Amino acid sequence: MKILVAVKRVIDYNVQIRVKEDGTGVVTDNVKMSTNPPDDNAIEEAVKIKEAGKATEVVAITVGEEKAQETVRKALAVGADRGIHVKADGILEPLAVSKILQKVVEKEKPDLVFMGKQAIDDDCNQTGQMLSALLNWPQATFASKIDVKDNKLEVTREIDEGLETIEINVPAIVTCDLRLNEPRYASLPNIMKAKKKPIEEIAASDLGVDTSPRVEQIKVEEPPKRKAGIKVANVAELVQKLKNEAKVI
Amino acid sequence: MAVLLIAEHNNKELRPFTLNAATAASQIDNDVHALLIGNNSAEAAKHLSELPVIKKVLSVEAPHYENFTAENFAPVVVKLAENYSHIICSANTFGKNLMPRIAAHLDTSQVSDIIKVISSDTYVRPIYAGNAFATVKSNDAKKCVTIRPTSFDPCESSGGSAPIEKIDAAEEFSNTKFIKREEIKSDRPELGTARIVVSGGRGMQSGDNFKLITEIADKLGAAIGASRAAVDAGYISNDHQVGQTGKVVVPDLYIAVGISGAIQHLAGMKESKVIVAINKDGEAPIFSVADYGLEADLFEALPQFMEELNKLNTIQK
Repeated sequence: MKILVAVKRVIDYNVQIRVKEDGTGVVTDNVKMSTNPPDDNAIEEAVKIKEAGKATEVVAITVGEEKAQETVRKALAVGADRGIHVKADGILEPLAVSKILQKVVEKEKPDLVFMGKQAIDDDCNQTGQMLSALLNWPQATFASKIDVKDNKLEVTREIDEGLETIEINVPAIVTCDLRLNEPRYASLPNIMKAKKKPIEEIAASDLGVDTSPRVEQIKVEEPPKRKAGIKVANVAELVQKLKNEAKVI
Repeated sequence: MAVLLIAEHNNKELRPFTLNAATAASQIDNDVHALLIGNNSAEAAKHLSELPVIKKVLSVEAPHYENFTAENFAPVVVKLAENYSHIICSANTFGKNLMPRIAAHLDTSQVSDIIKVISSDTYVRPIYAGNAFATVKSNDAKKCVTIRPTSFDPCESSGGSAPIEKIDAAEEFSNTKFIKREEIKSDRPELGTARIVVSGGRGMQSGDNFKLITEIADKLGAAIGASRAAVDAGYISNDHQVGQTGKVVVPDLYIAVGISGAIQHLAGMKESKVIVAINKDGEAPIFSVADYGLEADLFEALPQFMEELNKLNTIQK
């Protein structure tokens, strides 16, 4: 079984983002960037499946500008076998990314495609589902547990009401929840080894996919600031305020 | 052209957020049709027809729609799409799972999780877990939009009588099989819709200590939340997690106990109407969003809080 894992480079989740003064987006210059957190879970799961002898190859792929390749290199350092970097500049919407992934899937013919359930920058939560629609493959979104059984997967999904378990036939798409596993750290020797693993570079334009945005970003602004309120001296005052001032209890 | 709302339900009743999504749909266009895909779901379809904002209900029933599988639902919507300008659904796990599958088939770039309708093609949506708001305009001919339910009020739930039209089922998708659903049962209100939420963080120090929170939540008729730190430390199960990677809540009252206020937690609760923070660290970031802050040791403050509540003659539920 061959697993393709898609990773995205985003602003690190610990960074307090800042909106640009001209309202065109958020500040990304000199800001720490990392792999989208649930994409780390996707890589981890693929590597674990390979270590359990149930997969033969793990291929990491990213779509984006030059520096996006860092995320593929990181995936190689935690156990992916080789990488693919589809180069594309500018804003890439999930629809464009899923069309690019579709082209690569047609060429690479993986049995499974894993990725995070959502990117923490645009918060779209679309790419996996769109890719499975384009390929007409089954989709297991928000996965918190994956059991590989021959040519099927049993997947537990995190849904609003609790948990749902489904069985999907391979080939299939799985989008990963943070609860799926605990991603490992790359060891120094593995980081060194990863530098020698191959990364194939492909230009998005060579895949014949039109990546121009369909959704126009008119402006980006800070959310309305919440004013800090008051400090109360003790519990009695707090309860009295909640009862008589805020009238919420 | 009319707007098509995809209803979320459990085959008997509408799920509450369908009413919020209906409000958003009606802000985009007056002519809202609603689609109910289910199995033995006539009762839910009837309820849908009673929402005054709905002009027409389309209902399709088949055994393979029993469990809301996106691979089965998407073809039904795609087939109807030519008659509609917009496809609308809630941005909860049902809609998040389903809508992109529809959008890709329609070659539409979906707009996810909107919190405001500016016009029929322009919306506001949070990005970076609510740390920025983007105003976006969809240039696709057909628009696929999911809405954040807590940002729209529920519509009236009775008084309407829209006609119900039966439509044909689409073929079953055979590569996905539903096995089971384990719903978390609780006497408490659901975290996502509760009027009051009491949350504990790492400051609780242990799972046992959460009983201090449980007591107060019981007294107030509140749901129980937690920060990611408390969940990661194993104090409480992950379905209680409030934040960027957990649930986004907008209660009338949010009480944060022993929670420092990491960015990821604030993203999930800072839209609450009234926020209370109880923390012994006066510099904790949670105080910057709290309407009422109490700098105190929670192990002293919580029992006192319970005592004070017991003194009150009445408590709103």
